[in-house]
Amino acid sequence: MAKAKGAIVVDEVKCKGCGVCVTACPTKVIELAAEVNGKGYHYAYMAHPDNCIGCANCGIVCPDTCITVYRAKAGATA
Amino acid sequence: MSDINTIIKPENIIYKKTDVLTDNVMHYCPGCSHGTVHKLIAEVIEEMGIQETTIGIAPVGCSVLAYNYLEIDWQEAAHGRAPALATAVKRLMPEKYVFSYQGDGDLAAIGTAETIHACNRGENIVMVFINNGIYGMTGGQMAPTTLPGMPASTCPAGRDVSHDGAPIKISELLAQLPGTCYVTRQSVHTAANVRKTKKALRKAFENQAANKGTSLVEVVSTCSSGWKMTPTKANEWMEENMFPYYPLGDMKNE
Repeated sequence: MAKAKGAIVVDEVKCKGCGVCVTACPTKVIELAAEVNGKGYHYAYMAHPDNCIGCANCGIVCPDTCITVYRAKAGATA
Repeated sequence: MSDINTIIKPENIIYKKTDVLTDNVMHYCPGCSHGTVHKLIAEVIEEMGIQETTIGIAPVGCSVLAYNYLEIDWQEAAHGRAPALATAVKRLMPEKYVFSYQGDGDLAAIGTAETIHACNRGENIVMVFINNGIYGMTGGQMAPTTLPGMPASTCPAGRDVSHDGAPIKISELLAQLPGTCYVTRQSVHTAANVRKTKKALRKAFENQAANKGTSLVEVVSTCSSGWKMTPTKANEWMEENMFPYYPLGDMKNE
């Protein structure tokens, strides 16, 4: 399993479950949750966190700007 | 999993919501292009450091409430009159950055006269044009930009060109006017396109700083509710059907 280089934090309350981030993710990290949030949407979550490369594509395409993207600095991962 | 927790630290943030966007939850439907374009305008404003000097002109349509989402000064225009109001604001306060934000019903139907004349006068403003080929807010009626054969609530069998005329390519039309300095058509359905659209918006605002004339940034968009598709399906449909008729790229760049 690839070592994660990046990570995302989804604002699960704001997410509307549109799925645009799922399509945008090049390493298929994101899926829509089986559970729903307070608004009844299947929010996005990191289903395969090990694959995240921290490219930020998901955050960039998110219409509701509810994804914060983190990327470990080169050589910083333990 | 401990891996992830070592990565999620403030110093590792590479993408987050700009502070120019408010914390309000947008009223747009899931996957709506409006949210993405709002965000891009907010990011451009933040990067240029012009939050205190930018005035937006909100239209009528789904984005009528745009003033709730960007922490800048706004004026609300009557339907289609955003370019006229933007003209007034810019002429009275030439030191401010002024942009109108309009949909296809607003810019290309009700406000066609204002749009054409503002561009022809070469008003030093930015016009952001969201083209989703339908009247989203009022219930999915046919717009001037609805594609031939595309169903809408007022043409359930699809647009009949012999009866309704062909969809209007307003950006091509405006590119012919001497007052426009920059006319481009972009989209926000993939990360690459979002980046290009952001560059286009940045250029449009820089043109305004350089007093070059009217910049028009058209964004071919989706209306998943109006088109009755899921957001991802709507993006695919847009690529297959909208782009052949509304090709992306610069029409004018002076």
